[in-house]
Amino acid sequence: MEFLRFATAGSVDDGKSTLIGRLLYDTKSIFQDQLESVEATSKQMGNEHTNLALLTDGLRAEREQGITIDVAYRYFATPKRKFIIADTPGHIQYTRNMVTGASTADLVLVLVDARHGVVEQSRRHAFLASLLRIPHLVVCVNKMDLIDYDEKAFNAVKEEFRNFAMKLEISDLSFVPISALHGDNVVERSAKMPWYEGSSLLHHLEEVHIASDRNLIDARFPVQYVIRPQSEEHHDYRGYAGTVTGGVFKPGDEVVVLPSGFTSTVASIDSYDGPISEAFGPMSVTMRLTSEIDISRGDMICRPNNQPTVSQDLQAMVCWMSESTELTPRMKLALKHTTRSSRVMVSEIQYRIDVNTLHRDEKPESLKLNEIGRVSLRSTQPLFFDNYRRNRNTGSFILMDEVTNATVAAGIIVGSG
Amino acid sequence: MSITTYELNHLDQLEAEAIHIFREVASEFERPCLMFSGGKDSILMLHLATKAFWPARLPFPVLHVDTGHNFPEVIAYRDQRIKELEARLVVASVQKSIDEGRVTEEKGPRASRNRLQTTTLLDSIEENKFDALFGGARRDEEKARAKERFYSFRDEFGQWDPKNQRPELWNLYNGRIRQGEHIRVFPISNWTELDVWQYIEREDIEIPSVYFAHKREVFQRDGMLLADSEFVTRSEYEELMTRKVRYRTVGDMSCTGAVESEAENLKQIIEEISSTRITERGATRADDRVSEAAMEDRKKEGYF
Ligand SMILES: Nc1nc2c(ncn2[C@@H]2O[C@H](COP(=O)(O)OP(=O)(O)O)[C@@H](O)[C@H]2O)c(=O)[nH]1
Ligand SMILES: [Mg+2]
Repeated sequence: MEFLRFATAGSVDDGKSTLIGRLLYDTKSIFQDQLESVEATSKQMGNEHTNLALLTDGLRAEREQGITIDVAYRYFATPKRKFIIADTPGHIQYTRNMVTGASTADLVLVLVDARHGVVEQSRRHAFLASLLRIPHLVVCVNKMDLIDYDEKAFNAVKEEFRNFAMKLEISDLSFVPISALHGDNVVERSAKMPWYEGSSLLHHLEEVHIASDRNLIDARFPVQYVIRPQSEEHHDYRGYAGTVTGGVFKPGDEVVVLPSGFTSTVASIDSYDGPISEAFGPMSVTMRLTSEIDISRGDMICRPNNQPTVSQDLQAMVCWMSESTELTPRMKLALKHTTRSSRVMVSEIQYRIDVNTLHRDEKPESLKLNEIGRVSLRSTQPLFFDNYRRNRNTGSFILMDEVTNATVAAGIIVGSG
Repeated sequence: MSITTYELNHLDQLEAEAIHIFREVASEFERPCLMFSGGKDSILMLHLATKAFWPARLPFPVLHVDTGHNFPEVIAYRDQRIKELEARLVVASVQKSIDEGRVTEEKGPRASRNRLQTTTLLDSIEENKFDALFGGARRDEEKARAKERFYSFRDEFGQWDPKNQRPELWNLYNGRIRQGEHIRVFPISNWTELDVWQYIEREDIEIPSVYFAHKREVFQRDGMLLADSEFVTRSEYEELMTRKVRYRTVGDMSCTGAVESEAENLKQIIEEISSTRITERGATRADDRVSEAAMEDRKKEGYF
């Protein structure tokens, strides 16, 4: 069966956790003991309804404060698909946790409270989803029960969101009016909104086409680990283990290894279960080459006629995630990109984006917590990358603080030099 | 796997994700180890790790935190697997921690060594200078585990701070730590109980006999069926009976419950799991029943 990974997004209290609870409940994915525990806790907290948000708000602090602090992962399946859900927090303070949940998603659900319309967090999250190039975005206009399931109000939110989204790159955008609390249009189409002609949210999740979202053209194999058995049986074995992050590799393919530039041929693609005739993403395999060349972790195997950019200078959009420090020019940071680690210096901050207006503030002094901007970075070592737009795996990196070791930024490569 | 469409089915995707993480840790850490309890999840972990480094041997040792309250079948299985894989086994003994006065045995009929394991584990981490520990925890098991990262940072006291986790983006894992700190690594985070069984069947992985339905002397306690053993004290009301049972999880004998079952082979287990209405921990683990946040509290202290 095929997986669909999706994440929730949107402002605090717009109903993200309730929606996930509802999806799980109505698809009968909740176990009896989980439900009993949630019912008991709801009663104890004096809730009128069983609070389905408690199905994902699992931490003590989350339950005490009635908010989501960190991503919760939940799983369910229908006969058509398996789903991995990341229920993310809406509060601006926890944006980095939202980005954590969204970074691996195929689809993002942006919740909007029908009474309040598009608010700053809806815009911020839609912007982040487009920056992360999540291919599919579904806007769930929630709490329709509180506005009498009014079509006009739904259309107004839709219009408002569209106007903002026009300035973003979102390849697939759709809208569903729902009530997460009562389940309208979540699993089944609701009789209360006969004017809505689209499908229920679940139906949409089951049908959305994701197979073509991967890159099967640019063959990329970042070497992760060198397998040298040192045993008698496999005395001369030398395999390059890693995950295919783009394109397709086959035995007999002519390849080039970066940074050395040596060329060779794929002798075999090995796995515990036997030889593999074609390796593609996200398979984890072991490659052997016909010639003995010096290859180590952080090197990249690709095709001679289709190579990534090799450069020490990057242009990137970064989302800054540190509470205690700011990103400033000349700052030095640790970087991880594919299987390669390096140090970088911030050469320049070109602009910061105002998430409300998408206006660019040129040459800001710094990027603070949750701010997004475009920067130039200089790496101590060459990196082998593609534009993120072309390949999410070879176009992304993280930055870490060299003293605290915290992960302080998510980076998206937009160019070199 | 259908080669023509270049798509991986869900088990292949989960396997690839786990193998990627095993290799990443083996590359970036100096002293990793794989925590092994003898349960199905750690057996799965051992299988995935073997695949990740084949044809080489495991590049790290296997650590068993031994409560001394084991199912004998499980210990026999452990020793046999370790021998087959030519792996190195490190045993951290809770009994030894008790003898050395590091912890005191709980008293009363419900005494369990579950919580004591944390001290034994943390002492072993310090002694062996482990910097990364693979665990077989899955996010679908429990609500605190649903919040875990693949790489879960632990400070020098082994503590987890769920309110302040490192962001984890794409599949780029931050393994940077200072001396004395470590990372708990959960390669099978995204697997569900059903995925585990389907994979065990597909890969034809041998598992200890306690997972299959068998006749056993048990008694009722807190709505669970506990096996009679030298490690539990029964009250006069807890009468013994013979039931056909199997285990859904395997932990300490004193707090792991059995479920009544007729499932004698993998196919029947998969059918049973597909239609069950109770989570595996809800059905079988006394250690989670202490309070609403029992797992979160233990994890904060450094538990698995
Ligand atoms: N009336 C109504 N209330 C809702 C609906 N969805 C969520 N809520 C309520 O809105 C509040 C916040 O919901 P929650 O799911 O925690 O929001 P989150 O912060 O986005 O995860 C809770 O009190 C919910 O019961 C809805 O469709 N209708
Ligand atoms: Mg929430």
